[in-house]
Amino acid sequence: MSTDPHLSGLTGTVVHDAIVPARAPWLHHVAAGQTLRIVDLEGNQAVDFLLYSTDDDAERYSAQDTVAAQGNLFLREGTVLRSNEGRPMMTIAATSVDYHDTIGGACSCESNTLRYGHHTKSEHACVENFLEANLLEGRGKRDIVSNINFFMNVPVEPDGSLGIVDGISAPGLTVDLHAEMDVTVVVSNCPQINNPCNGFNPTPVRMIVTA
Amino acid sequence: MTATLANPLAARDHARAMAGTVVDAMPVLPPVADDLPADVAAEDLLWEETIAAGGYATRRLKRGTRLRLIDVKGDACASLLLFNAEMTAERLNVADTVKVQWNAYLGQGKLLLSDMGRVLMSFIEDGAGTHDCFSGTSNAATNATKYGEGSNSGPFPSGRDRFLLGAAKYGLQRRDVHPCVNLFKGTAIAADGTIEPKIGPYEPGRALVLRAEMDVIVVIANCPHVLDPRDNWTVTPLRVTAWRGPVTPPDDPIRIATPEGLRAFQNVEDYFRR
Repeated sequence: MSTDPHLSGLTGTVVHDAIVPARAPWLHHVAAGQTLRIVDLEGNQAVDFLLYSTDDDAERYSAQDTVAAQGNLFLREGTVLRSNEGRPMMTIAATSVDYHDTIGGACSCESNTLRYGHHTKSEHACVENFLEANLLEGRGKRDIVSNINFFMNVPVEPDGSLGIVDGISAPGLTVDLHAEMDVTVVVSNCPQINNPCNGFNPTPVRMIVTA
Repeated sequence: MTATLANPLAARDHARAMAGTVVDAMPVLPPVADDLPADVAAEDLLWEETIAAGGYATRRLKRGTRLRLIDVKGDACASLLLFNAEMTAERLNVADTVKVQWNAYLGQGKLLLSDMGRVLMSFIEDGAGTHDCFSGTSNAATNATKYGEGSNSGPFPSGRDRFLLGAAKYGLQRRDVHPCVNLFKGTAIAADGTIEPKIGPYEPGRALVLRAEMDVIVVIANCPHVLDPRDNWTVTPLRVTAWRGPVTPPDDPIRIATPEGLRAFQNVEDYFRR
């Protein structure tokens, strides 16, 4: 019986267990039937997340297909993460956070120039991580689409006002993703320091895969 | 009929006899439009086409071009992809579009932003106000579930399949069909995240005008909105008109409306500094 609280509630055998350092990319292949748990180790750390079908990476996560299919913008326990061809890729089997974002996208050097000013162009950004990881497998800029931001909070007000606000996550909170097909997971552990998505202090997250 | 077309010249004559046929949904060449704005010269008209219900169209537009869309009968849904025409790896980014503008809804004065921190097109007129950045479009599977059929070759083609064909005409691939925006059919977002479709049908003739801020390739699919609650596949033709116009000047009110938008225009101007 493990005493590691981050493994609590997981069944099966741990086949992969990694710490993603603050600001770093991560790429991993998760087989159909396996579960990926992401642990927000220190709290309020946005985990920018993309999925590709391992067999055919032109099929990939689609934020729009996912939210249209459930008629709701927020990703909660039970949400099916769908591909651009409408197929289930992963399911949020459990999460100790109320909801996660998929409309806020990923920070980039270029969008940072719009949001904060040109003085931020040289800062590290999620699209840099997505590119670095995807380039290892032959994917590139055309393969980067609207992503998920686990542990990030983007409310929409009645007048349409929208923004990244203080997180609803906390140290040790988790999301468990059940793979419905063989998927390639590409993550950017968000390095953003100009908005509250990481509490202005990027921190490590833990990735645990069970089979 | 078979007998008279039994030789190539008869087939040629049969084909040529079709010339001059006019149908509801077709391009007009050279373009003619009797309802251009008063300050637009007839010789500046570039494109006049009515896209069929379930159809699509794609075109390269030069920086400064105005693109007017008219929901002729009140039930069109213009799903839109945008690419930088000279570097198609740069394309519309719906997440940046809503995040950078701090707002979920498109309309007059709003910008359609690329993934490179630049503005691809801006809304210089909007007579509709019901648009959608979130739901994307139908695909073969969703149409098959909803209408019993969803293929390009069947009666109920999907928006994604139309996008695939439209993008392919410019040499693009499946991986290039990116998240889209929907014009004329809208959504509102409730506090709990619920997506409330605004499908109409609306009064005929609602129009909007987009201004190309860069050289762009537009791909427009006119298929029912993916959250259209009606059981029947319902969509009506979409009229498209484009004319030449000047590049956005420094004092343009949309260019200077917000600090974020101004920087998007400055990034465009920097890109074209060559």
